[in-house]
Parts: sequence; C-alpha cells; structure tokens
Amino acid sequence: MMGWLQRLGSTSLSVFERLGRGNLFLLRILAALPSLVLRPGLVIAQLYSVGVLSMTLIVISGLNVGMVLGLQGYNTLVDFGSEESLGQLVALSLVRELGPVVAALLFAGRAGSALTAEIGLMKATEQLSGMEMMAVDPLKRVVAPRFIAGIISMPLLAAMFSAVGVLGGFFVGVGLLGVDSGAFWSQMQSKVDLYDDILNGVIKSIVFGCVAAWIAVFEGYDAVPNTEGVSRATTRTVVHTAFAVLGLDFILTALMFGDE
Amino acid sequence: MMQKRTIEIGVGVFVAAGIAALVMLAMKVSNLAAFTNQQGYEVTARFDNIGGLKERSAVTVAGVRIGRVKSIVFDDKDYEAVVTMNIESQHDRLPADTSASILTAGLLGEQYVALEPGGDEAFLKPGGDIKLTQSAIILEKMVGQFLFDKAAGGDGKKEEGAAP
Repeated sequence: MMGWLQRLGSTSLSVFERLGRGNLFLLRILAALPSLVLRPGLVIAQLYSVGVLSMTLIVISGLNVGMVLGLQGYNTLVDFGSEESLGQLVALSLVRELGPVVAALLFAGRAGSALTAEIGLMKATEQLSGMEMMAVDPLKRVVAPRFIAGIISMPLLAAMFSAVGVLGGFFVGVGLLGVDSGAFWSQMQSKVDLYDDILNGVIKSIVFGCVAAWIAVFEGYDAVPNTEGVSRATTRTVVHTAFAVLGLDFILTALMFGDE
Repeated sequence: MMQKRTIEIGVGVFVAAGIAALVMLAMKVSNLAAFTNQQGYEVTARFDNIGGLKERSAVTVAGVRIGRVKSIVFDDKDYEAVVTMNIESQHDRLPADTSASILTAGLLGEQYVALEPGGDEAFLKPGGDIKLTQSAIILEKMVGQFLFDKAAGGDGKKEEGAAP
C-alpha cells in the first residue's frame, strides 16, 4: 500500500516537474526571441525544413480530405434535396475545424518529430554543450529559430490545407457529382464569415503552432541524451502534441463557437 | 551559396502560397465581398412576427438582393418587432407604399424580407417607414390551421351525407 502511494507520488511529482521545466523553458525561449532579429537567416533555414518540406504532405492531405468531405457531404445532403449547401458544409468544416486540427496533427508527425530528433541528437552528441563551451547560447542559436519557424509555418500550412480542401470539395462536388457551381460558391460565401469563421480558424492554427513547436523543442532539449531517450522523446512529441491539440481544440471551439 | 539561394526561394514560395491561401479563403470562401458596399440608406418595418429572420438576412425586390437586415429590436409598447434594413444606395427609387413580407427560401431555407413596390409617385426616404407588412408564416400554425379546417370540413360533409 505504501509502495503504491509512493509510486503515485513520485509519478505526480515528475509530471509537475516536467510541466514546470517546460514552462521555464518557454520563458527562456521567449527571452531569446529578440536576438533573432539580428540573424534572420537562421529562421529562414528552419522555415525551409519545417514549412516548405511539410507543404507537399499538407497539400495532398488537404486535397484528399476536401474530396472525401465532398463525397460524404453530398451523399447526406442529397437525401434532403439540399446538395447546394455542399460548399457551405465543406468550407465551414475545413476552415473551423479540420484545417487547423488535421494540419497540426500532420505538422506534429512531419515537422515536430524531426525537430525533437534533431535537437535530441544534438544533445546526445554533445553539440549543445559544445556550443555552450564556445559561448554560443544554444537556445538562441538552435531552439528559438525552430520554435518561431513552427509558429510562422503553422497558420500558413493550415490556410493551405483549408484552401486546397475547398478546391478538392469543389472538384468532387461540381466536377464529379454535378452540384451547380454558382450555388456551391454563393452558399459558401453567404454562410462563411470572415471574422467568425476564418479569423477564428487562423487564431486556432496559431495557438496549435505555438503548442506543437513548444512541445517539439522542449522534448528534444529535455531528452535523455542517448539513442533510446531520443526515440522516446520523438514518440512523446507526437503523442503529447496530439493530446494538446485535440484538448485545446475543444476549449477554443467552446470559446469561439459555443455561444451561437 | 547556391544552396542558400534554393532555400530562400523555397521559403519565398512557401510564404507566398500560404498568404495566397489566406487571401483565397478571405475573398472566395467568406462573405468579404458583401462587406464592400456597406453604404446605403436605412428603412424600418414593423412586423407582428418575424419568424426566423436574423440580422444580415437578405432584403430582396423581385428576388434580387438589394440590401440586408441591419438590426431587429422588440418594441415593448406595441409588442411588435422593428426590423431595420440597410438598402444599397443605388436602389433609392422604391415607392413610398412599398410593402414588406417575410418569406422563406425553399421549404427549409432561411428567411428573408421581400419588398413589393407599390404605385406611389413619391419615393421611400432614408429613415422611412414601410407601413404595409406581412409577418412570417409559421409552419406549425399553418399545419394546425389546416388540420383544424380539414377536421371541421370533414365533419360537415359527413353530416350532410347522413341528413337525407
């Protein structure tokens, strides 16, 4: 009984300790951000590996999600004789929910895990300590550019996901299933609001970008510096980002769209 | 050096594509286009019942949208709904005896205000009031009425048939 209680206590303590370390780490990253203004090249290089290389995945997934939404939505809507609302259905689902959330999940798998593995291996091979020896702050040189690149890329990737998804829905709905093209766009435009829907979707994706980038760099920086530790940290990045994104999505949705 | 160039071009393409996607969402998907011609004049109309009319619902003449509902307030003196409509400024030739009714687009569609021009020589002024209004048709009431009429009519026929 005592042993069980002790295990519970030590587990909770280590969870809180990690949360605290994560928050202190975030503060240190934020403090390191201003120094990036002097070296924009670092951020651009990270934007390439975090954003540009994720673009193909995001665009292809967005197209597929949009096409599936078009097919599924059509099958349901045609029963009510309101297949003209297909554009509205596709656009609202993508802009409000699927764009930010699915893009964040894909982002965690594609870019977050790579960030964790990269920083974790740097730590394991003692490159981070080496930088400290040379009076280079690894937070400024390594962590902060990756963090800010994640925050910048995420809303752009989510917007691409939604835009390509709407086009996918358009191809399937109008091209394949014969929904009227004018009705598709006009129903969409009359029901999607710039502030309520699109801006809130962008805010969601910025929040998810912060969380995903934060978890990714923290897990890498906090990894146990050996092969197994890095592999565990990479797994944790994907799992924790998924939890955080889905949990936050519920809270944000309740705040943004709950009182309609 | 060449590699740095490709990276920068790649990032440029990425950022441009992201911004293009945002612009497309704003312009093509949302109702941004509807915001542009906000200027217009306001007219009010009083209804006994507005049904499911909402702010930003369409105001049409002959089926063409010429404005939007700006606000809906309840007047607790007359127990009526006061609907303020914003009509686009180029449509300033509505007769003063224009009538307004609340109709539904399709069976399950949303509700809108349809204006029916009258024959008056004078035009409706900005801030003017539409006198002739017809409330929204509430489907439940109509079904209730129909059933009631049917029941009453059915009984009458039976009695007629039984009398001789």
